[in-house]
Amino acid sequence: MAQNAVATAGKKPKKEKRSQFSGMSKALVRRETISAYLFLLPSLVFFVGFVVVPMFICVFYSFMEYGLGGIKGFAGLDNYIKLFQDPIFHKGFLNTVLIVVIAVPCVTAFSLWVSSAIYKMHAFTRSFFRCVFYLPVVTGSVAITVVWKWILHPYNGILNQLTGTAGFDWLGNQSTAIWFIILILFTTSIGQPIVLYVAALGNVDQSLVEAAQVDGATKLQVFWKIKWPQIMPTTLYVLVITTINSFQCFALIQLLTKGGPMNATMTIMYQVYDTAYRLNDLGYANAIGVILAIIIAIFSAIQFKVVKTD
Amino acid sequence: MKAKTTDLSGTSTGYKVFAVVVLILLALFFLFPLYWIVTGSFKDAIEINAKYPIWFPQNPTTDNYARLFEHEAFRWLFNIVFISAMAMILTCLTASFAGYALGKKRFYGRGILFTIIICAMALPKQVIVIPLLQEMTFFHLNNNLWAVILPTVGWPFGVFLMKQFSETIPNEILEAARVDGAGELRTFFSVVFPMIKPGIGALAIFTFVNTWNDYFLQLVMLTDEEIWTLPLAIANLQGEMSSDFGLIMAGAALAAIPIVVVFIAFQKYFTQGIAMGAVKG
Repeated sequence: MAQNAVATAGKKPKKEKRSQFSGMSKALVRRETISAYLFLLPSLVFFVGFVVVPMFICVFYSFMEYGLGGIKGFAGLDNYIKLFQDPIFHKGFLNTVLIVVIAVPCVTAFSLWVSSAIYKMHAFTRSFFRCVFYLPVVTGSVAITVVWKWILHPYNGILNQLTGTAGFDWLGNQSTAIWFIILILFTTSIGQPIVLYVAALGNVDQSLVEAAQVDGATKLQVFWKIKWPQIMPTTLYVLVITTINSFQCFALIQLLTKGGPMNATMTIMYQVYDTAYRLNDLGYANAIGVILAIIIAIFSAIQFKVVKTD
Repeated sequence: MKAKTTDLSGTSTGYKVFAVVVLILLALFFLFPLYWIVTGSFKDAIEINAKYPIWFPQNPTTDNYARLFEHEAFRWLFNIVFISAMAMILTCLTASFAGYALGKKRFYGRGILFTIIICAMALPKQVIVIPLLQEMTFFHLNNNLWAVILPTVGWPFGVFLMKQFSETIPNEILEAARVDGAGELRTFFSVVFPMIKPGIGALAIFTFVNTWNDYFLQLVMLTDEEIWTLPLAIANLQGEMSSDFGLIMAGAALAAIPIVVVFIAFQKYFTQGIAMGAVKG
């Protein structure tokens, strides 16, 4: 019930935008504005201080030559030019795109399938499955990563023991490492989409579904013609959060491969960290960070466009 | 949410059986890492390094935990609980104020402020971490637990979530409070607060779990051993003694179990909170 209320509330601001102040006297508007900002103040202090300001500093540094000894001078676009010539960045970019392009559709399709299989089940069974699939998320990236390191260990790992490939180093091999990163990322990514889809499918207008069934629509037709359009906002949200999550996968790479072997699992995200804290090239690291933010913005914008016009 | 029983006549029995079997196999696969952490933490060195699978510890031992507590494990556990709890309290406080203002007040700059907040939510935290670290050094907070807490509170997701909840408050109730002569703060605490309580509950659990698991920020901000958090300590121990999986699994179990218990206990609020945050996208 609460969710329906929010669903309608969510649409409100758009309509109100034009007439936000309609029916309010000037004095009232002023009083409301002052009290609103007082309520916002504590939150804004943190938001501006620890998100907005660092963001501007980040952009500023990206135009500087900035190494171990501090800022050495203005670099202009040098850091950005270096980026386009850097083979490690190329590799990192391709890997990041690969991770996103494989993980995002898999996570979305898979979580939708699981959700549609469980959302009509008995409440207890449904919570059980939802809980199980969410478990890797709450277990935490570090705990999950270290146990996978053990599972994949060349000699002591259970994977090699079960497949009889003792000694094979899955994470040390250039062609297999990235796929295990994607697999583990997948297991830690589907929890949230499933929760979202189960809620969304539960809110689908049941009268439309019944009407379609009376008219003799098949299960698949009901799904694509009735349910799919209604869960579209959820799909969009799932796409965006999964994309952001995939871009940000860090613990996995830092603890399992450190971007290796031979940069086979290097990502833009990891390169920011590596460039800043191992190579101490802060100007360049910030430039990579800025580009990463822009790439994420572009990906999100594309998803909005594609899904909205569908 | 109540259980729904719907006629499944459109679906073949074969498919239903297939779906259930696949779901059970997947559930086992998803449960396995946690199972392996917990059982692994009770295995002795021989079983840890065995060359064949040992599904359950034959000679359960608490030796791994004993060795873990030879390090400063209690300190690390305290640190992560402190960070998560403080971030949770401050986030709930600031976000419920701000969410109420954004959801219910009409004021200049409301639209643009909300747009900035939405955009900031898509920004990867990692991008701003370098200036953030310098900022903390400037405030003499480097190598201090607050260096993790403050940026976490600044993250605008909480404001967004509380705005969604605040919008469900009927205007008539606020109007009535005003007519009765209640001041702004009085209105907030006696009218608004009780109505957004479920939202605050969801946000609290969400912030607690996310802060606990925000490895990246902890890695960058906390370098001295005595202010490590438990997840960070496990990661660092794993780097130092990469083959002592018994010790590492004990640490992983200690870091994972409390949060898993919190999650299962408050599952209802948690899932509700996640679903709420999504509605507008």
